[in-house]
Amino acid sequence: MNDMLGSTAAASDPVADATEKSRRSLLWLVLPLVALALAILWLLTTDPLRSFRNGAPPVENLTFERTILSSAGISVLVRAGGSEPMTVAQVQVDDAYWQFTQDPPGPIARGATAWIRLPFPWVLGEAHAINIVTNTGATFGHEIAVAVPTPARDSLSLFHQGVLGAFVGLVPVAIGLMFYPALRGVGQGGMNFLLALTVGLLAFLFVDALEDALELAGEAAALFQGHVMVVLAATASFLLLMAVGRRHGAPAGLALATFIALGIGLHNLGEGLAIGAAFASGAAGLGTFLVIGFTLHNITEGIGIAAPILKKRPPLAAFVGLALLAGGPAVIGLWIGSLAFAPQWSALALAIGAGAILQVIVEVSFFLMRSSGTGLRALVAPGAMAGLAAGVGFMFLTAMLVKI
Amino acid sequence: MTVGDVDAARNGFDPSALVTEWETGTVSLLPDGRTLRTFEVTAEDKEIEIAPGIMFPAWTYNGRVPGPALRATEGDRLRIVFKNLGSHPHSMHFHGIHAARMDGVPGAGLIDPGEEFVYEFEARPFGCHLYHCHALPLKRHIHKGMYGAFVIDPDPARHPDQADVARSRLLGTPENAGWQEFVMVMNAFDTNFDNENEIYAVNTVAHAYMKRPIRIVRDKPVRIYLVNVVEFDPINSFHLHANFFDYYEQGTTLTPTLRTVDLITQVQAQRGILEFTYRDHETGLYMFHPHQSEFTELGWVGMFDVVEAVA
Repeated sequence: MNDMLGSTAAASDPVADATEKSRRSLLWLVLPLVALALAILWLLTTDPLRSFRNGAPPVENLTFERTILSSAGISVLVRAGGSEPMTVAQVQVDDAYWQFTQDPPGPIARGATAWIRLPFPWVLGEAHAINIVTNTGATFGHEIAVAVPTPARDSLSLFHQGVLGAFVGLVPVAIGLMFYPALRGVGQGGMNFLLALTVGLLAFLFVDALEDALELAGEAAALFQGHVMVVLAATASFLLLMAVGRRHGAPAGLALATFIALGIGLHNLGEGLAIGAAFASGAAGLGTFLVIGFTLHNITEGIGIAAPILKKRPPLAAFVGLALLAGGPAVIGLWIGSLAFAPQWSALALAIGAGAILQVIVEVSFFLMRSSGTGLRALVAPGAMAGLAAGVGFMFLTAMLVKI
Repeated sequence: MTVGDVDAARNGFDPSALVTEWETGTVSLLPDGRTLRTFEVTAEDKEIEIAPGIMFPAWTYNGRVPGPALRATEGDRLRIVFKNLGSHPHSMHFHGIHAARMDGVPGAGLIDPGEEFVYEFEARPFGCHLYHCHALPLKRHIHKGMYGAFVIDPDPARHPDQADVARSRLLGTPENAGWQEFVMVMNAFDTNFDNENEIYAVNTVAHAYMKRPIRIVRDKPVRIYLVNVVEFDPINSFHLHANFFDYYEQGTTLTPTLRTVDLITQVQAQRGILEFTYRDHETGLYMFHPHQSEFTELGWVGMFDVVEAVA
């Protein structure tokens, strides 16, 4: 019946019918928006929520995003998250009202940031507490656990951070890749073991990155909805990389190795950010032991990248590229992180990394199933189980060297 | 130090003026020849600025914190007409000698909003005292601002042995005019209601006397009526820089209870009279503060600006 009506109408005047249809759908697009505008207008003009106003002071929230210690004193970047613009009235440092300037001055709108600069003679290696008092008398505290000068953006400190980043990211990946010739001789059993080991270490990195991302997200201002942001960013990066990786069928060989390197690289970017931030805030006195720990910890990453390309040897330049892709971001992360970047950006980087790692976990698993020729059973074979356990176990044990 | 200035006009009181302001009430004679002194005090809710930019929802006597510094003479019949225009039950509990009915505790002069009560008793003993609200919860009613100094001057006729000393304490006599008298109520404010104070001060406004030092004429002796009402912290103190003073604990004696000290401590409601002079000093700025560094750096610190006598 409907079909009949439709076909008669189409037969009568197909062009006019199409314009009529698009006009009508445009109307249905505009109408809800007009309704929304009217609702907001009604709220603003007649103030029907008046009865909810109970004389309570506005909800206030202030997040400390960056802390910079220099010879000029202490500067903190704060982000307001109140129901109304917030006014910083006074600032205490260690329970003492201190002279301060605010840039930009005046009330801080919801979501906006301002620098609070205090000419405070902070003491190297000691703790300080900043307490901001707003005009309503509410207080927002921030602890500087260990006061150390924030790294400046000069070439020398950039170089030092670059060296550190190389040891944390680049060197271990390169060393791991150097096992390549030795690994080439392994048979299918050894191959399965190595691929499972890769999955294991990636699984560790996935959990690690997600945990760090969620922790950092918790420190960010509420309006960023940190935890939701982490889940969304991880999911988006996973789906995006899956789609890109599967354009020409499931990735294998060098393509798969590149994806592994990318995932690890994104993780190392986050790790670099975290180390840089810990450095900047004085939370970590980065000893040689700790750096060696990171180097050991990350060596497996190189082996993981090498696993899918054992059957067909790529050119040497490919190895260099893979090492740079996987390890290089650690250097960049350290540079950015040491400038005391806000926690939400580190959380975002780690979340994207977690999504990327999940993608390679999936792809390496498929690769293992395919290359072994036994399908799903390959994943639960004793060799694969041993590899998985070895990967997770090695990462866990070496992480003991670096977790404080 | 705190940044900026407090709007004294909006507050309706100025620490610089308040430090020498006495409320002596309305005086009349009773049929038996005694003096009747009548004070009118109202309880009011009022938002006050206690440090530059920091507003505090205070409960006040007569719209100011501390409340009016009531001053009477030993033996006066006192009548305090108290009206509660606030949003909570309040009272005036005087540190002095009076009947149970006049004590300002629940059931004896504690009144609901809109009500009125008249406290009546004789002004005794002479000394430096205080009054405060005794409604429950007590901590909240005190730290919200309901307190004030209550000074009873000695009657020289009742102290023939030390009539001169008594006269110098009695407001309005020529002997008393030779002194520079100040009233200082050490108080504090818990602005975020976590049972810890964010602001400490003397006479409410943090750093008020750092930004506007109290002027002292060098040759004239100084007498300070000092009262501590700080809530939450068990102890407060007063330390004078570059000088020493005599101290009269609770002001109930005419001879000092402590001689030549530069620091005294007071628990809540403890009070006393300090006497000292800068006669032999250079002119200049002399600091005073509690010797709890924390209180000092959170607002309770001031300066005396010692100047040559003005002709």
